[in-house]
Amino acid sequence: MAEYNFLVVEDSPTMRQLISFSLKRIRGARIFEAGNGVEALKKLSESKINLIVADINMPLMDGLKLLSIVRKDPNYSLIPVIIVSTEGADADKEKGLKLGANAYLPKPIQTNELLKTVKELAKIEE
Amino acid sequence: MDKPESGPELFKKTREFLEVFRKGEEFTQDLLKENERLRYKIVQLEEDSKTIKKGMEGTPVSELQEMLQKVQEEKQTLLDRFKEVEAENKDFATKYIEVEEENNNLANLYVASYQLHSTLDFNEVLRILQEIVINLVGSDRFAIMVLDEVTNELTAVASEGIEEKRMKKIKLGEGIIGDVAKTGESYFEPDVEGFKPAHEMDTLVCIPLKIKDRVIGVLAIFSLLEQKSKKLSRVDYELFSMLAGHAATAIFSSKLYSVSERKLSTIQGFIDLLSGKDK
Repeated sequence: MAEYNFLVVEDSPTMRQLISFSLKRIRGARIFEAGNGVEALKKLSESKINLIVADINMPLMDGLKLLSIVRKDPNYSLIPVIIVSTEGADADKEKGLKLGANAYLPKPIQTNELLKTVKELAKIEE
Repeated sequence: MDKPESGPELFKKTREFLEVFRKGEEFTQDLLKENERLRYKIVQLEEDSKTIKKGMEGTPVSELQEMLQKVQEEKQTLLDRFKEVEAENKDFATKYIEVEEENNNLANLYVASYQLHSTLDFNEVLRILQEIVINLVGSDRFAIMVLDEVTNELTAVASEGIEEKRMKKIKLGEGIIGDVAKTGESYFEPDVEGFKPAHEMDTLVCIPLKIKDRVIGVLAIFSLLEQKSKKLSRVDYELFSMLAGHAATAIFSSKLYSVSERKLSTIQGFIDLLSGKDK
């Protein structure tokens, strides 16, 4: 069975658990969690991550900064990144997509939409 | 001029001619016999053909018609069954979507209740409750109010999008919020989409935080996030219903715990004082 390593970057434990809980429904999914961009970069260096789901507003390093670092690093530049945010503003969406995010999901996250996007980006067929 | 043939030569030729003539006769006889045999064969074939024709016109056609009828009936049965299976498939697909949605809802409810009961710190409980309302309900303006059972007044202990200090205390039975706290019945604005608040504390949704029948506070929601489509779904109502119980228990337990912690530290202080440990 194929294994998929997903990295959930979210400072809110509730949202982190909710996203992880949803992603665990994908067969072969292994979830890695980080509370901010700095922790996320550490996790990226430790494991081979297939996809990142990151919040925008986070302490220490926000999702957009993390995204720009990931896209500039040749080791991680091809990893699909989904940006999530409560803001729902077009400006956030635009910023994220400009920096190279593959998708943008506004909060409150719809689990079906999240799973559909993740499966599409990680090329998972179930 | 040719010489006239002699008697023995003529006789020989005559015999040869007669021999050829006899063979010709035999050959003609054979031909006639063969002709007769072929005529008979033709008659036989014509008879066979007539029988076959008769057979085709008779029983086999009716049998074929019967078979055709049966096949058509079977085809109709299969078509009907196919339609039934197709309808069943559609039904299963709808049920599958419903089950998926239900799973998602249950996951949301599980996470919300798990998080609410993950701590005994009052402020942490309020923070988690705020996260749930922002991220799961999708509200950007709301307040959590706790009832003071001595003064019978509701005071905001946490809020989002509206300052707690700006929120006045609400008496039990006063307005929608006070009424919800008094009756213990949730309030839902009937026209969420067309809701236009005249005042910043005009309530869209207000749910009582209850432990059994005892109301300890309310969660008042004043507006929803833009992307929330300005409408409440079934899961929102389930979430509200869950929050009414779980948030109340979590708030109550954490308050009780902080009171007991304070009392414990006071008692410990007394014990230390009496036993002379402070010295």
